[in-house]
Amino acid sequence: MIKDMLKLFITNRKALLGVIILSIFIFIAVFAPLIAPYHPKQSSDQEGKFQLRAAPSSKHLLGTSHAGYDIFSRLIYGTRLSLMVGIVTGVITTFIALTLGLLGGYYGGVIDDIISFINNIFLVIPSLPLIIVIASYITIRGVWPIIFVLSFTGWAWGTRVIRSQVLTVREREFVKVAEVLGEKPLVIVFREILPNIISLVMATFFTSTIAAVIGEATLEFIGLGNISAVTWGTMLYWAQNNAALLYNAWWWFLPPGLFIGLLGTSFALMNFAIDEISNPKIRKR
Amino acid sequence: MKYFLRRILWLVFAIFIALTINFMLPRLMPGDPATILIQRLEGLEPAAINAVRNAFGLETDKNIIIQYKDYLIDLLHGDLGISISHYPTPVWNVLRKALPWTIGLMGISTVLSFLFGTLIGITLAWKRKSRISDAVLGLFLFIRSFPYFWFGLILVYFLAFNNPIFPLGGATKVGLMPADGWEYIKSILYHGILPGMTITITSMGYWILTIRNNMINVLAEDYITVAKAKGLSMSRIKNLYAAKNAILPSVSGFAMALGFVIGGSLLTEMVFSYPGVGFMLYQAVQQQDYPLLQAIFLFIILGVLFSNFIADIVIMILDPRVRDGAKK
Amino acid sequence: MSDKLLEVQNLIAGYQTKMGRVLAVNDVSFELKKGELIGIAGESGCGKSTLAYSIMNLLEDNGAIFSGEINFSGDNLVDFSAKEIKQFRWQKMSMVFQSAMNALNPVMKISEQLIDALKAHQKGISEKEARKRAEEMLELVDIQKDRLDAYPHQLSGGMKQRVMIAMAMILNPDLVIMDEPTTALDVVVQRNIIEKIEDLRSEFNFSIIFITHDLSLLVEISDKLAIMYAGKILEIGPAAKIYSNPLHPYTKGLMNSFPPLTGEIEEMSGIEGKPPDLLNPPAGCPFYPRCEKRMEICKTEMPEFKELENEHQVKCYLYQGSDNLE
Repeated sequence: MIKDMLKLFITNRKALLGVIILSIFIFIAVFAPLIAPYHPKQSSDQEGKFQLRAAPSSKHLLGTSHAGYDIFSRLIYGTRLSLMVGIVTGVITTFIALTLGLLGGYYGGVIDDIISFINNIFLVIPSLPLIIVIASYITIRGVWPIIFVLSFTGWAWGTRVIRSQVLTVREREFVKVAEVLGEKPLVIVFREILPNIISLVMATFFTSTIAAVIGEATLEFIGLGNISAVTWGTMLYWAQNNAALLYNAWWWFLPPGLFIGLLGTSFALMNFAIDEISNPKIRKR
Repeated sequence: MKYFLRRILWLVFAIFIALTINFMLPRLMPGDPATILIQRLEGLEPAAINAVRNAFGLETDKNIIIQYKDYLIDLLHGDLGISISHYPTPVWNVLRKALPWTIGLMGISTVLSFLFGTLIGITLAWKRKSRISDAVLGLFLFIRSFPYFWFGLILVYFLAFNNPIFPLGGATKVGLMPADGWEYIKSILYHGILPGMTITITSMGYWILTIRNNMINVLAEDYITVAKAKGLSMSRIKNLYAAKNAILPSVSGFAMALGFVIGGSLLTEMVFSYPGVGFMLYQAVQQQDYPLLQAIFLFIILGVLFSNFIADIVIMILDPRVRDGAKK
Repeated sequence: MSDKLLEVQNLIAGYQTKMGRVLAVNDVSFELKKGELIGIAGESGCGKSTLAYSIMNLLEDNGAIFSGEINFSGDNLVDFSAKEIKQFRWQKMSMVFQSAMNALNPVMKISEQLIDALKAHQKGISEKEARKRAEEMLELVDIQKDRLDAYPHQLSGGMKQRVMIAMAMILNPDLVIMDEPTTALDVVVQRNIIEKIEDLRSEFNFSIIFITHDLSLLVEISDKLAIMYAGKILEIGPAAKIYSNPLHPYTKGLMNSFPPLTGEIEEMSGIEGKPPDLLNPPAGCPFYPRCEKRMEICKTEMPEFKELENEHQVKCYLYQGSDNLE
């Protein structure tokens, strides 16, 4: 089952494109010091101070910011934190959704009632305003609070879909057989149920990672992040607060958004491919 | 009717939960932001500091139950506290000015995005084998991956700054008043086009994807095969047999989607300095106006709950099974 | 013979996949007279539904008829244009699907669903006439006409299936294909539906292709019976003959595995093993791996039909050499 999925994943054009884009970003993040011409917080070299708000040139591919930082270098280094926040949040969110979904779906009863109840409330509360309100109460500014807030508000949708899938899978014969044979619940959950919802878990991961990448950028753009951190979101914050638009400095606010969008697209493509592969109705057509 | 009552019950209950969450949030926050804030606000009038204390539940002399009771009673009287950034204006008076703008902008854009998204999604599913369909779908997958505010920035840059077709921001031309009549309305529409476009285009992707998926699932149903076998016209099959069934889950998923739309709208307002709730939220965050922040949050939740309720009623009208209580 | 309605000849149909063609219907031939009921029996996945969809020309997407003929009162349906088939279908032949629950549009009244079939084929029929006809059809299947404006979910499972039958008969077709029409229903309702179908058939004298895995039911109602396995018909003949004297080892297995009186065969408990992969069908007899009486030749070659008794034919090497029965 998992092997089949991997095989289909590679043969699916959309998935392949997504994997390629993601790999490029990972490459950029890992080798940032080698790719970027300058340190992200470097505003001078041996020739002296960098020009402030410089337009793109051979020395500064995407110009410089109001503080004289090389924008291209910031973009490259920014990949690190932006990617990290997205993936870590995606993992945490998926983990919460999977745990709650399995608990509620498999055990049912009171546990399920409680989980479903909280789940329904979180589904109705629009996440962005909640994120903004919580983030504005947290006075420590940084990456980890952002990860915390995004994970705390992002698990509801995944929990819902995983739970309902678990509910159907647990009624299937092989699970019933395992129960009759007296397998321990944990064994049933991990050996019988989990493999059958793996595509859904992956989809949850991709969706929550996209949401996290965009959510992080949004929080930082509003100024609810650590504004001295180097991420795509804070780049947009600085660009906006220094009226990059009015200076016609498209090289300042276009590239970070484009990178966010491309990273999001790569996950969206993989997600779409999962859907095509696991939903025979869509695949057939 | 039973369905209707159930939905009303859920609405009332959800509102109650929303109020409670709004009450609990500041009191659950880690650390002690209030004290830090009050220190920062030094020099502010004592009454303003009191407003902050109230918002954070720092009235240590009262226990939490009494605080909660007071909070509910105040709300019933429309008392949302005093705004810090607009001190000493009551929060309600500040918020009141922003609400109509947001309701208008968001309402129209949401309806447009739902209509266009549904139409496009249906067409994409119906013509799913064509390359153009794939390309359009890809385009919207791509657009959906961008932060809304960035998309807004791009529109401002290209359509307001570089080519000044539309205004850079605001809701009306400065100086125009409602008394100016037609001029005023024209100005509102003119200023609304770019933010409206941003919300519509960015949130449309969601509808397109959901409706396309629903539609593809519906097209595999037996009743579609029966309809074809009966020799019905393609348009009848597409609209009455497929689309009508495909739209239903999309309408009932409206509440979930509204979260995305609202998020997008808030940010769009921030980018366009549109004097609605979103922009006000942005200002409240910048100026750490917590009473205002709380009130905005509460109104957003209430807005979502009511829209949700309306969606439930629409479903009741569209789906005979729901009407008869045969389906949850 | 002038009373021949349908003649399927060497039909090969199935699905085009990335890995190759799946031959769900592999060289199927049979005839059907006016007013006759042919039962097609087989395990699920044997291609019987694909056969039905092929005759109806309803195969979609990657499904297709690869070769063969479907002659209906002298016209070869395979040669029909899309427009011709659209006109022809439901007018001359219609179909009752396995699950009426899924075959009726949940958000339209049954009146609308009955009437739109009429309107699609009888241009200019008035609303009033159409409604009257729909009422008549409902009464024919024992549903009171005040249920005409009900939604599908307001009807019981059996009623829905009867609505489906009414819908199939509303244009008075010569042939109705029934694909497992009673499988989703409980036994008592099943019985009702079957009796209704038999009544209607004797009244209107249309032909039926009745597809099911419930062999005991088929034996009871069919004039003619075809046993299908892995896309092929292995044995065909008068129902009574096949019942009293099954020839093919597979048919024998089926007969052994069904419980007395009526009842469903969920699994062919009498026969070990699984049907072959239709993507790479074996060169010889598809039943070879499971057959108790297999011979060396069966592995590589498939015999033609051998008529052993009046119209009772079988494809099996056990009977190739001799003209007499065992």
